[in-house]
Amino acid sequence: MIETIPLPATDYPPDAPFWSAALRSQLSIQQCEYCQRLRFPPRPMCPHCQSVEHAWVTLSGRAKVWSFTMPQPPLLPIFEKMLPYVVVLAEIVEDPNIRIIGNLVSETYESITNVDVTNLKIGADLRVRFRSCATDVALPCWILSEEL
Amino acid sequence: MFKDSTAIVGIGQTQFAKLLPQTELELACTAIKIALEDAGIHPSEVDALGSYTFEHTPDYEVARNLGFGELHFFSQSPHGGGAGCGAIGQVALAIGAGVAQVGVVWRSRKRSERSSRVWAGVQARIDDHWKYSRPSGLVRPVDEVAILMRRYMYEFNVTREQLGAVALAQREYAHRNPVAFMQSRTLTMEQYINARMISDPLCLFDNCLETDGAAAVIIVNRERARSLRHLPAFIHAFSQGMSREHQVMADFHGVNPLLSSSYVTAANLWRQADCGPNDVDVAQIYDAFSPLVLFSLEAYGLCPRGTAAQFVHDGGTRIDGRLPVNTSGGSLSEVYLHGMNLITEAVRQIRGTSTAQVSEVEFSFVSTCDSTPNGALLLRRA
Repeated sequence: MIETIPLPATDYPPDAPFWSAALRSQLSIQQCEYCQRLRFPPRPMCPHCQSVEHAWVTLSGRAKVWSFTMPQPPLLPIFEKMLPYVVVLAEIVEDPNIRIIGNLVSETYESITNVDVTNLKIGADLRVRFRSCATDVALPCWILSEEL
Repeated sequence: MFKDSTAIVGIGQTQFAKLLPQTELELACTAIKIALEDAGIHPSEVDALGSYTFEHTPDYEVARNLGFGELHFFSQSPHGGGAGCGAIGQVALAIGAGVAQVGVVWRSRKRSERSSRVWAGVQARIDDHWKYSRPSGLVRPVDEVAILMRRYMYEFNVTREQLGAVALAQREYAHRNPVAFMQSRTLTMEQYINARMISDPLCLFDNCLETDGAAAVIIVNRERARSLRHLPAFIHAFSQGMSREHQVMADFHGVNPLLSSSYVTAANLWRQADCGPNDVDVAQIYDAFSPLVLFSLEAYGLCPRGTAAQFVHDGGTRIDGRLPVNTSGGSLSEVYLHGMNLITEAVRQIRGTSTAQVSEVEFSFVSTCDSTPNGALLLRRA
């Protein structure tokens, strides 16, 4: 088993812009140039109109908790060291049918471990943050946000 | 017409245990040999093979060990626990269409070693869609199902005690089944509630076994089936299903992730069938994780939406319930073979030879993994 966090390959052309935007702390997804619909995860073709023309648009970073889990062992060694942590599936405010996974983090530090979960519940408001994991990787993650 | 044009006429399986000494190839060959003997068909007659893309025993190795005839059809079905009914359906389509005559479908798996956990092989860089989940520590299939189950509990006011009834019901079936891995191990609700979490809200007993074994089935056309020794389990209806935004494992990107690919499979299955969900006498439902049983009961119309947990908790899936489910103990308590043991049990229910036999079975239903692209079969007696 690997000892590190498994990280995304960031050099695949169809989704490289997602990862380069993340390095700038921006949550950016595809919008079809033809039918204007948002889509995620990134892909070459719009499933609604089959257009390959698309733009990358920066989202507000606001979302709500669709659901979450707290994994426990057995896990990859690196994640066992990070216990306890929360993984959130967040629905974005621009389109609730678009959901993005990220860890819950606190406002004050970037660790995913031991984050206060007092206010964590389905429907809770979130804002995106980015956690630097490699020179080419910043992972989207979420903080609980009361003033949405 | 595909309906009832083929049948499962032979079933075979090995011992189910941890750390079996045989290789997966030896286990596969043994289960297939037993299935052919069960059917009364000589290996040299076999000309069609079907397996899972996850299967590690190659078709040619199986063929040249068992001494099969010249092969005319060989296929594989994708998506892990979603593959079993697809593998059988594809071979049945070939036989029903006259492309081949005698088909074998098998699954052999040594899954008891910790190193055999598929998720443990994740690499340092991920280049498929899992790059959007695994870096956040959502690495295992159970983590994805836990996310779905928490949402399901929220939407339908389901408790852990209701979910626990799935594992307890299946353990009761295992007690009746002498070959079930958990045949002699009792499970109480107190043990369930106090069990360690694997991915909250899912605990140890919501997870399938980690075991070794193999199982196989033999498929022939209707005419041949009627000439053989056992009551045939006719393949009345079959479909695979993949919802619009599905990927491997949970469909987090569809309009409603709780409306899985099973809804797609179900609609196409019932479209073909002469009966509806209320006519199913016994069901084998893929259960790598216990929530999949609840999700599938609703997706296939076997329970109204949002009521499956209460149905199971009220005893509806037990031997004296309205719809007995996973009557061999299933993946939670008999053996984990990517669902192949559910298919052999569905056949036994048609034959009348289950250790938890339901009386007067006409329609025996079997499904594959709710949270992957999947498939299902409706078997019929006579």
